[in-house]
Amino acid sequence: MATEVGPTPVKAPASGGAPIHHGPKGVGEDNKILSQGKWASWLLAPTIIALAVVIIYPIISAIVMSFQKDAGLDPATGLFTAGGPAGVQNYVNWIAQQCSAPAGGTVACPPGTLGAQFWSATATTFFFTVVTVAFETVLGFWMAMIMARAFKGRSLVRAAVLVPWAIPTAVTAKLWFFIFAFEGIANKLFNTSILWTGSEWPAKWAVVIADVWKTTPFMALLILAGLQMIPAEVYEAAKVDGATAWQRFRLITLPLVKPALMVAILFRTLDALRMFDLPYILTGGANNTTTLSILVINQIRQGFNAAAALSTITFIIIFLVAFIFVRFLGANVVEQSGATGKGKK
Amino acid sequence: MKTPKFLLPVATAGVLALTLSACGGGGGGGTTAGGGDAEAGLDGRGPITYVQGKDNSNVVRPLIAKWNAAHPNEKVTFKEQTDQADQQHDDLVQHFQAKDAGYDVVDVDVVWTAEFAAKGWLQPLKDKMAFDTSAMLKPTVDSGTYKGTLYAAPQTSDGALLYYRKDLVPTPPKTWDEMMSMCSIAKQNNIGCYGGQLSKYEGLTVNASEAINSAGGSVLDKDGKPSLNTAEAKAGLENLAKAYADGNIPKEGITFQEELSRQAFQSGKLLFLRNWPYVYNLATTEGSSAVKDKLGIAPIPGKDGPGASSLGGHNLAVSVYSKNKATALDFLKFMTSEETEKFYATQGSLAPVLGSLYTDAALVKKLPYLPVLKTSIENAVPRPVTPFYPAVTKAIQENAYSAIKGEKPVDSALSDMQKSIESAGAGS
Amino acid sequence: MTAATSSATSLRAEQDRGRRKAQNKEKWAQGRTYISAAVILIWCLAPAYWMVVTAFREVGFTYDTSILPTHVTLDNFNTAFDTSFGNRFGQALLNSVFIGGVVTLVSLIIGVFAAYALARLNFRFKYMVLGFILGASMFPGVALITPLFQLFTNIGWMGSYQALIIPNISFVLPLTVYTMTSFFREMPWELEESARVDGCTQGQAFRKVIMPLAAPAIFTTAILAFISSWNEFLIASQLSSDATQPVTVAIANFAGAQPNQIPYTAIMAAGTIVTIPLVILVLVFQRKIVAGLTAGAVK
Repeated sequence: MATEVGPTPVKAPASGGAPIHHGPKGVGEDNKILSQGKWASWLLAPTIIALAVVIIYPIISAIVMSFQKDAGLDPATGLFTAGGPAGVQNYVNWIAQQCSAPAGGTVACPPGTLGAQFWSATATTFFFTVVTVAFETVLGFWMAMIMARAFKGRSLVRAAVLVPWAIPTAVTAKLWFFIFAFEGIANKLFNTSILWTGSEWPAKWAVVIADVWKTTPFMALLILAGLQMIPAEVYEAAKVDGATAWQRFRLITLPLVKPALMVAILFRTLDALRMFDLPYILTGGANNTTTLSILVINQIRQGFNAAAALSTITFIIIFLVAFIFVRFLGANVVEQSGATGKGKK
Repeated sequence: MKTPKFLLPVATAGVLALTLSACGGGGGGGTTAGGGDAEAGLDGRGPITYVQGKDNSNVVRPLIAKWNAAHPNEKVTFKEQTDQADQQHDDLVQHFQAKDAGYDVVDVDVVWTAEFAAKGWLQPLKDKMAFDTSAMLKPTVDSGTYKGTLYAAPQTSDGALLYYRKDLVPTPPKTWDEMMSMCSIAKQNNIGCYGGQLSKYEGLTVNASEAINSAGGSVLDKDGKPSLNTAEAKAGLENLAKAYADGNIPKEGITFQEELSRQAFQSGKLLFLRNWPYVYNLATTEGSSAVKDKLGIAPIPGKDGPGASSLGGHNLAVSVYSKNKATALDFLKFMTSEETEKFYATQGSLAPVLGSLYTDAALVKKLPYLPVLKTSIENAVPRPVTPFYPAVTKAIQENAYSAIKGEKPVDSALSDMQKSIESAGAGS
Repeated sequence: MTAATSSATSLRAEQDRGRRKAQNKEKWAQGRTYISAAVILIWCLAPAYWMVVTAFREVGFTYDTSILPTHVTLDNFNTAFDTSFGNRFGQALLNSVFIGGVVTLVSLIIGVFAAYALARLNFRFKYMVLGFILGASMFPGVALITPLFQLFTNIGWMGSYQALIIPNISFVLPLTVYTMTSFFREMPWELEESARVDGCTQGQAFRKVIMPLAAPAIFTTAILAFISSWNEFLIASQLSSDATQPVTVAIANFAGAQPNQIPYTAIMAAGTIVTIPLVILVLVFQRKIVAGLTAGAVK
């Protein structure tokens, strides 16, 4: 058992594109795919239905709404009346940062409107995403490597790492708000008097620190699971061959953990692009910490249809990021798994 | 059979989604006045539900128990929301949009009244539903009124107080300038001078409107149009900006919300504090308080006399979708009766809306700040009464914050505020 | 070491030195591991420590910044569990465990099906399905609430457990499917083939051979799914009722004795209580994970 299976995981990433061999039993390729397709549809149906009801339905209904005008006030009665079809006006307004003018038509959104914040919120969202995911990947990898080693108290460390994650975000945000208060423990401990939530960069870093603290365990755990799938013999063999620690990391650990790592980074990125609770509670979006999701919820309170358009724009932005990710960075479970599937059958 | 079967669920889901979104009716506010709804159920009697945010001091439950004992056929069920104002607002919006008949009587923050009324969700309190407000303080009644019609009955109120250190300041300042001149005392004692709630959140709207109203300006005029391009509004906002630039408001003042400012004052680091009445009890009783016996209270300072406080508090309204409006109206009257108001004040430290209670000897003995609070509420101006409140408050916060921090001249902050509010009112 | 004269002893000394050097290196590596572990512990636990210290402080001393516990009291925990004001923290804890448990179980089962299909079967539109599943985690969660609210109101599910469980399942499914797919493609599937040669059906082969090997990945995914459902707040805050609200909503309901007062100490007490079951869960499953992992490493 041991000898037979050992090298498989090493082989898998290398097998890249070309299928290795095809059904030697003489069954037609098309038929095989058909019967597998039938199986696959049964196996996938529950997942697809669950996603369709709870996520796809709201997305479609939001897209429908995004082409409607928000309710306007009837000056005679002082009551809101339905806005009617808007075409793509809601989208244009966001992207060009245009707001309704009192005289009719649109003007550039004055500072203080949500419309004026679209591009800055986009920039902030990307800043948070890049910085937090980078920190979380590096820290998470490091933590996973430590936790993969054998030492006394390992289970303690493994449990402790999950503590930040186990605390609900609402509590985490309050906790960090409390820590970062002017008279709070952070300033006292480091003997500083930083206005953590009162100026731009400290506020941004406060959010980054809190987010990294909270979600690094997610990364660490996924990477750890990836690390554990590497057979110890591979390392032994490399050691015998005289590979340095850095070479072992670069040539063995990294490529073999890559599938798990990429899934972790991909999902963290998607999550970070939708970051909401932490900056919302910690800074209220002040000092340029308003993310796209915060902008969405602020807009929901002012007009749902424009908010639906903004949600759709956010969705498209995230989709593009994910596409680039999968296409160019190899976070692609399809291609690799497809190859493996074909290879084995 | 030739098309892969797994696409079937996707297709089904798509069809399902489209059908449902047609039923959903665009969910977002496409509302007509609901004229039919407002006429329905006026004589209806039966069990109802009362919806309110977290019952902090356990005053609602005993009242409802009392009501239920007296009205076995019209029992009230209490639906408690979270303690977060934003979530209460969103929860109400969701239920109104769904035309939920299960939310009969709702407790609305004073600033939501106009929005809900304009959406056609609140039953006008007139004709059969008429509600008597003659004994109530006028500013509180104004907060429940939209376009000349009463939509919500005032239940509790709240006004700002100026807390000061009576060991350092023998007589409290009556005007803003007088208060600023006393800041030298703070300097001598090496503490901060004045603190309010200037972090960028709802509290900043409260503080900035107070500054503008106290200087004789206003955020919105009588017709609900912005009126910020005035010398008075400028003078008001400038007071805050100048105090921050001079250091009379300590630099951490820009991070203060209610609790952090209370904490700074309680630990003896501020000479003056603008805050709500709740601070009184805590500052005089909490173990860590350094100002227990040195605490003075006064109306907030204005231009040449008491300032114009922003009004807090909650109103009670009946949903147009309620089926038992006659019961709902009776319950409204019960919840705003003198007896209830007294109970609220003594048990929950909630400021009454009935003027007579502020001079009730027994109450004043328990809540010594009541006479001062009466002055505050009598001079109070409701926060802008507008169906676009969410946009208006954002416009004020965003621009006042920049102005106070000195990132933007007061003039352009006010003109941006003006334009933002105009744009919100222009509809989209 | 005293006799450095004879060449034999010198040789032994040489070997000795070599061994000691290796031992030192080992010790040094071990030492570094412990230092790193300590750094991780401090980074992860220091803020949590502050939460616990605050949880045990008297309300009047909420803002005290002494690093060691002062003004210690259990009042905050009593406040948290006190039911007289309508707080149902105990009930909410059970709700969270129940919802989290069902979400984890269901999403794992159907997620494993889907991942198996994606990793092992050939069929058309595989890319489309993967894109669809991934696309489901790209829409801002805050914008899902209103449509879901209307959907559940229309079918009379408001405030029910299923109204909380089903959205949560959908939120964790994409991650579950992707993680399991990426692990499944690392599996030694030859074993499945040989089991089938031995007369197992494909289902049996999967259950008896593949599942045990996949155990660590499944447990990891289970923890991910459980915590993510445990943390969910937005949907629950709008769709739950008093009877079904999970613990995150219950905490948001904590109120101070005075309006405007934020009961930090009680919130931190609640945070502490909420964290404990998770830590216990991890410590219990720890065994499983490690056992599964070692089995995996040996093979």
